[in-house]
Amino acid sequence: MVRQRVVIEPGSGSQHYWRDLWQYKGLLLFLAWRDVAVRYKQTSIGVLWAVVRPTLTIGAMWFIGWLFGSTVPEGTPRILMVCAATLPWQFFATSFSETAGSLIANSNLLTKVYFPRLILPFSTVLVSAIDFVVAFLIMVVLMVVYAYVPGPEVLLLPVFILLTLVSSLGVGLLIASLNVKYRDFRYVVPFVVQFGLYITPVAFTSQDVFANPSVPDVVKYLYACNPMVAVIDGFRYCLFGASQTIHWTGFAISCGISVLMLIVGIVHFRRTERGFADII
Amino acid sequence: MSAPIIRVEGLGKQFILHHKQRERYTALRDVLAERARSLFRSGGEKPGSTEFWALKDLSFDIHPGDRVGIIGRNGAGKSTLLKILSRIVDPTTGRVTIDGRLSSLLEVGTGFHPELSGRENIYLNGAILGMSRKEIASKFDEIVAFAEVERFLDTPVKRYSSGMYVRLAFAVAAHLEPEILVVDEVLAVGDSEFQRKCLGKMKEVAMGGRTILFVSHNMAAIQNLCSTAIYLKHGQLVSQGATGEVISTYLQDTGAAARVDLASRTDRQGNGAIRFTGFYLSDDRGQELAAAQSGSSVVFNFDIAANATSLRNLEVAMGIDDQYGQRITHLSNEVSGQAFPTADGTTRIRIRIPHCPLRNGNYTFTIFSKVNGEIADYLLNAGGFHVESGDFFGTGKTPAEDQGTFFVDHSFAIA
Repeated sequence: MVRQRVVIEPGSGSQHYWRDLWQYKGLLLFLAWRDVAVRYKQTSIGVLWAVVRPTLTIGAMWFIGWLFGSTVPEGTPRILMVCAATLPWQFFATSFSETAGSLIANSNLLTKVYFPRLILPFSTVLVSAIDFVVAFLIMVVLMVVYAYVPGPEVLLLPVFILLTLVSSLGVGLLIASLNVKYRDFRYVVPFVVQFGLYITPVAFTSQDVFANPSVPDVVKYLYACNPMVAVIDGFRYCLFGASQTIHWTGFAISCGISVLMLIVGIVHFRRTERGFADII
Repeated sequence: MSAPIIRVEGLGKQFILHHKQRERYTALRDVLAERARSLFRSGGEKPGSTEFWALKDLSFDIHPGDRVGIIGRNGAGKSTLLKILSRIVDPTTGRVTIDGRLSSLLEVGTGFHPELSGRENIYLNGAILGMSRKEIASKFDEIVAFAEVERFLDTPVKRYSSGMYVRLAFAVAAHLEPEILVVDEVLAVGDSEFQRKCLGKMKEVAMGGRTILFVSHNMAAIQNLCSTAIYLKHGQLVSQGATGEVISTYLQDTGAAARVDLASRTDRQGNGAIRFTGFYLSDDRGQELAAAQSGSSVVFNFDIAANATSLRNLEVAMGIDDQYGQRITHLSNEVSGQAFPTADGTTRIRIRIPHCPLRNGNYTFTIFSKVNGEIADYLLNAGGFHVESGDFFGTGKTPAEDQGTFFVDHSFAIA
């Protein structure tokens, strides 16, 4: 066994934080496995919940989009467009809210055992990712039903899955660490999730906003500040390819905000992490 | 002497206590309101808060293979120290250098999930305590056997009895193999049978040459398990050294009210040739003790004042009662065969018990004396003293609480 020296000083944190994080990957997987194993205990339809909820949401969103006549490119069924947005949105929503609550939910661990605290939010994101994979089956089924074959752009999909992770983790980490001290933030989370659905192109498309002459520029830029805009535009691009028009400025702003949020989230988390056990 | 495996230098931990706060967390609203209010205030002092040092300027070294007991009263900073060493909380001042893999066991069953089965919880808890999947797999059977839960491995632990739950939790922790093991008061769980098993396991681990830091209020366990001890008081180090010495410092220090004043007692009988004026406990060197300890020697000291000019044929007897008023034993110089034909100028009578057989608890005594064949002083229920648990048999084991009120030295043989 390699002798390792640990120096504990006020505010020093760990000298090898990221290396520690890597060493604790086993714990990360165990915690994720625990949450998955526990999630559907004593439920009768079990993991089907991961399919039922998005299916119902897709139905509702499809109805709203149809009702208000949002633009759908030629040759692409509306239901597929809605599905390609609902899945990443739900992925974002669950991973964001689970991450935000991850520290409070595991306060017994925080006060009794040492591990790099980032393990907790990371493991919850992993759990949401598993739900996402299960829910993605809906997309596959719909594509089969509509005999729709995506183009080569589909290979870019992992990039946008990663972008979903980045955007949910950034905000999630920030809220999680603030939540330890200020429990106000637990009221912020459901609000963000509910409010976000209205300003995110799930029922409608970015085309409805960017190509609409009656929408002022300032609103278009505000709209683009939503990190999920880039994610969903990206998903739709990957699955429906050339038929999608991407508004590049908006896309860049949205991506930039995601990355910025992640940096802010990690920095704030790392800065407050050492005090978690004292104040939780 | 080898380089220390743990070096603690000037360690301090400060807490800010907020008096007016009733909730256990801060609400943003309060912080904002406080900020706004402080704009109009000149003083820098934050209202309603006081500083409290849970640990202050603590320095000590621990060497590889040391088995260190940490003792002190509640609130002395023992748990805070362990939390800092375990890297759960940050110190406010000072520095700790640790050369080796440290695992801590501050609570039994941390991270156990009620919905998961025993088998699943073994893996989960092991991972939380820092074991790799391979390590757990290789110890799995041992853990299960130790916990005696073979039949319930696939039952969710929420259906376990609390005893089974605790056994399983301890079993996982007991099979950790770090270089340094930090253990908080975790043996105070389970039935006495299981506690003994835990202590045995701890001893086995300790004898394996590992460095151990062990917090307990059970002096017998500390004495049996630890080679050295650290005594903390109000967050500061009082003494560090051989376990026996540190424990007796601790016992002397806690509640020095072990002295009983007998001079003012009026409910006495006898002609008054001598009067008992005071009582206290001491060790063999005459050092005053706050409590006796099972298995250690103790001296009952009686201060006396003589009123007669000559004391001939002094006889003294002491009766000891347990907390229920039941007479347990009787000590007298008549039965011990020590006659004092002349005792002129005597100011103190010392009764020594070489190997205190009493269990931990509170005892009361009655004292009686005769001078020249006549009752000189007789005080019924004169006072009381306390006995701390100790390692009577030198094996670290004591019979269960319900197995009698005192210990008898004995040995076994088979033929």
